[in-house]
Amino acid sequence: MPPVAPTFAASPAGPSPDTPKDPAYTPPPEPSFRPAGESWVWFTSMGLAIGLVMILGLLGLIISNGLAVFWPKPVVQVQLVEGSQAGIRGSPTFGGEHVKTQEKRVTQLDEDGKPLPPAYEYQFYVANRDAYGFSFKYIDRKEVLAITHPANAIVAERFSLGTAIFLPRELRPFESAAIPGDSPEFIPTLERLVQAGNERRREIRQIERHQIGAINRELSRLHLQRRALEHGPNPPADAPARLAAIDARAATLQAEFEGLAARARQLRERQAADTLSYVTLSGAERVTPVAEILDFTLPNQLGFFGKLREFVVRFWKFLSEEPRAANMEGGIFPAIFGTFVMTLLMSVAVTPFGVLAAIYLREYAKQGLFVRCVRIAVNNLAGVPSIVFGVFGLGFFVYMVGGSIDQLFFSLSLPTPTFGTGGVLWASATLALMTVPVVIVSTEEALAAVSRGSREGSLACGASKWQTIQRIVLPASLPGILTGLILAMARGAGEVAPLMLVGVVKLAPTLPIDGIPPFVHLERKFMHLGFHIFDLGFQSPDSEAAKPMVFATTFLLILLVVCLNLGAILIRNHLRKKYKVSTF
Amino acid sequence: MALARPSDFAHASAPAPGTFNPAYIQVKNFSFYYGHNKVLHSLALDIPERQVTAFIGPSGCGKSTLLRNLNRMNDLIDGVRHEGDITVGGRSIYDPLLEVIALRKRIGMVFQKSNPFPKSIYENVVYALRVAGRNGKSELDEVVERSLRGAALWDEVKDRLHESAFGLSGGQQQRLCIARAIANRPEILLMDEPCSALDPIATSKVEELIHELKKEFTIVIVTHNMQQAARVSDRTAFFYLGKLIEYAATPDIFMNPKNPQTEAYVSGRFG
Ligand SMILES: Nc1ncnc2c1ncn2[C@@H]1O[C@H](COP(=O)(O)OP(=O)(O)O)[C@@H](O)[C@H]1O
Ligand SMILES: [Mg+2]
Repeated sequence: MPPVAPTFAASPAGPSPDTPKDPAYTPPPEPSFRPAGESWVWFTSMGLAIGLVMILGLLGLIISNGLAVFWPKPVVQVQLVEGSQAGIRGSPTFGGEHVKTQEKRVTQLDEDGKPLPPAYEYQFYVANRDAYGFSFKYIDRKEVLAITHPANAIVAERFSLGTAIFLPRELRPFESAAIPGDSPEFIPTLERLVQAGNERRREIRQIERHQIGAINRELSRLHLQRRALEHGPNPPADAPARLAAIDARAATLQAEFEGLAARARQLRERQAADTLSYVTLSGAERVTPVAEILDFTLPNQLGFFGKLREFVVRFWKFLSEEPRAANMEGGIFPAIFGTFVMTLLMSVAVTPFGVLAAIYLREYAKQGLFVRCVRIAVNNLAGVPSIVFGVFGLGFFVYMVGGSIDQLFFSLSLPTPTFGTGGVLWASATLALMTVPVVIVSTEEALAAVSRGSREGSLACGASKWQTIQRIVLPASLPGILTGLILAMARGAGEVAPLMLVGVVKLAPTLPIDGIPPFVHLERKFMHLGFHIFDLGFQSPDSEAAKPMVFATTFLLILLVVCLNLGAILIRNHLRKKYKVSTF
Repeated sequence: MALARPSDFAHASAPAPGTFNPAYIQVKNFSFYYGHNKVLHSLALDIPERQVTAFIGPSGCGKSTLLRNLNRMNDLIDGVRHEGDITVGGRSIYDPLLEVIALRKRIGMVFQKSNPFPKSIYENVVYALRVAGRNGKSELDEVVERSLRGAALWDEVKDRLHESAFGLSGGQQQRLCIARAIANRPEILLMDEPCSALDPIATSKVEELIHELKKEFTIVIVTHNMQQAARVSDRTAFFYLGKLIEYAATPDIFMNPKNPQTEAYVSGRFG
């Protein structure tokens, strides 16, 4: 060390407290208490906060609106001011469920053209579409004289005409004397009759859907057999005998069919026999068969727990029932099931495909220009509009593959297509194609993350490359592969546009999986929650009435995606624990 | 050729006790390139059977590269090239008729960083047998016990054979890797700085183990630690910048080096 020069005393490390101050010394700049780059941290957190607020807001809106649909609301009767023309067909009263109060959209002006203070209006859900021709009504607050809560108001869910809100007048059972609306007998009797009607409806459905359906299936099978015998290339020697047997069997089936049809007709007649007469809250008197009513409540008499029970019942019905009345009423079970089956099938199709492609790209292909181009192409595939995949699926899967399958295996039923038309199988295949880039990219990343050490350890034990991939690399990258699958599922389950071309329908009479052999019918068309939302919101006759259903359906679609993802995440966490990286 | 048996290496008859083949592994004028970068320069050395041979030298001098060539582990790297030859038991390891998998079955390897598989202790040990298609339960059980005893780990893990290998300590994991490497009874054991990530107690256990294993296996060990080389090895090769500077019996290298570079290195003056 050279001797310390005097100017060196104030070394760059700064003056020590006992060093005399050197005039040549300039102190370093005042230290800033804000670390460099702090403002950028704030920026990033702001970005996160805005994103979170938007996502949570959207979810909150969907969940609250979606669930509010099922909560029973009180029914009010509105008394209008003297001489008001705002009633329904001039009636002095009307009623329904209060939906909202809002400022009037059109601002009123006084004589001088100055705006008047804002006026308010109420929106009511008046139901009784069959009687009024609409189900929502706006009313200016100035027109309202009084609002009452009639205790005996009934909200009834009907089979085909939508909801009715009314005051009971008289029940006329087929088997006993009429019961007036104010009798204590009234509600229990109505309940009993509604239940009996529901049971009869189930029986009719059982007959028409299942028993007659089975007969129809057998008849069309016989028809195909007959065609094969008559027009087949080389008819067997016993063809006439077999034709006779087919005719005999068809005649028996026909007789069975007549019997069942007669029973169904008889039940239908009985359904019309019990009638209920009621008055709407605007005073119109109407009569309906009791069997038309599926379920009813007296919302103004329900306590909190009564409402809660009703909420659960309605929610469950929405989950488990089939849609009615142009999808505006009833549940959405077929759509939930269709979405679920399609998403599962898509995952089953996309995983092996994507994983094998990624293994080849990462482990076997010689890394060069060509592989780089393939990788770029795969990534860009994720940016192709989904409708293009739909068009491709229609051309390739439906017409080419499906058409060829029909030619080869189902030629007897042509020209009616079996696989040569949209169906859940082709929809899944199309979506699998659409989501395969996601799986390839995440699998490649997972494979690349497996340490060189474990690969070499395996090779040093005398394992071949494939054995190493199969026994060491793939298990270790399973969590990453599952992450890709989760992303693919979320994307696939929410997709609508391509599905409209390859098999989604507004109303599917049957489910893709049911109790009729061979149990899994992948050629069938299916319903889908995403398409259901589109259909309800934009294709239904009364979009105002459909709005709550849109929210409820959206809520369920999100719930389904969350459930599927949770399932995959649970599996992934289990695997992570199993293959967690080594720590000393 | 499906499976190379020991006879492939021409030493079917084990040498009599106390005798050994002094040139079991022969490195003949061997050069090695990573792309255009020549990292081994015409090496020539004979490695004796059932002895411990240590490779020492400063970092980057090519010790690992040579070691990893003995079981052709470097074949995996793109753009590598070699000149010269390496024979094991008189047979070239680059013989196109010899499958590299069969070669690796005869040559176990222990890495610098312990690399147990994400499997149970049991499955780690029997991995080499499983990939060879040997799945008999009684055979596997026997191999597990023998190998873990061989790696001085049996008493510590015999009650938790079916738990994850990641539950073991660092030293135990390294001994598990040794057990895995000897499970299929290879003839040669390559060790690349096996103790560099271990604490002194674990290190001394592994060193004791090397003494034991010498009775059965030909061991080649790369080490950074000169005391370790002096303690465990019979012969030592000193490399510098990809060249073999000196190769002799260990006491000679440490007490009586012929080359001034060797002397400088073993006396700690550079490296
Ligand atoms: N995979 C590789 N690709 C290219 N060069 C490498 C690779 N591995 C090692 N090298 C180079 O080869 C030389 C020898 O490395 P190595 O054998 O690992 O040395 P040592 O084990 O003696 O420290 C070093 O210069 C190193 O940079
Ligand atoms: Mg090294």
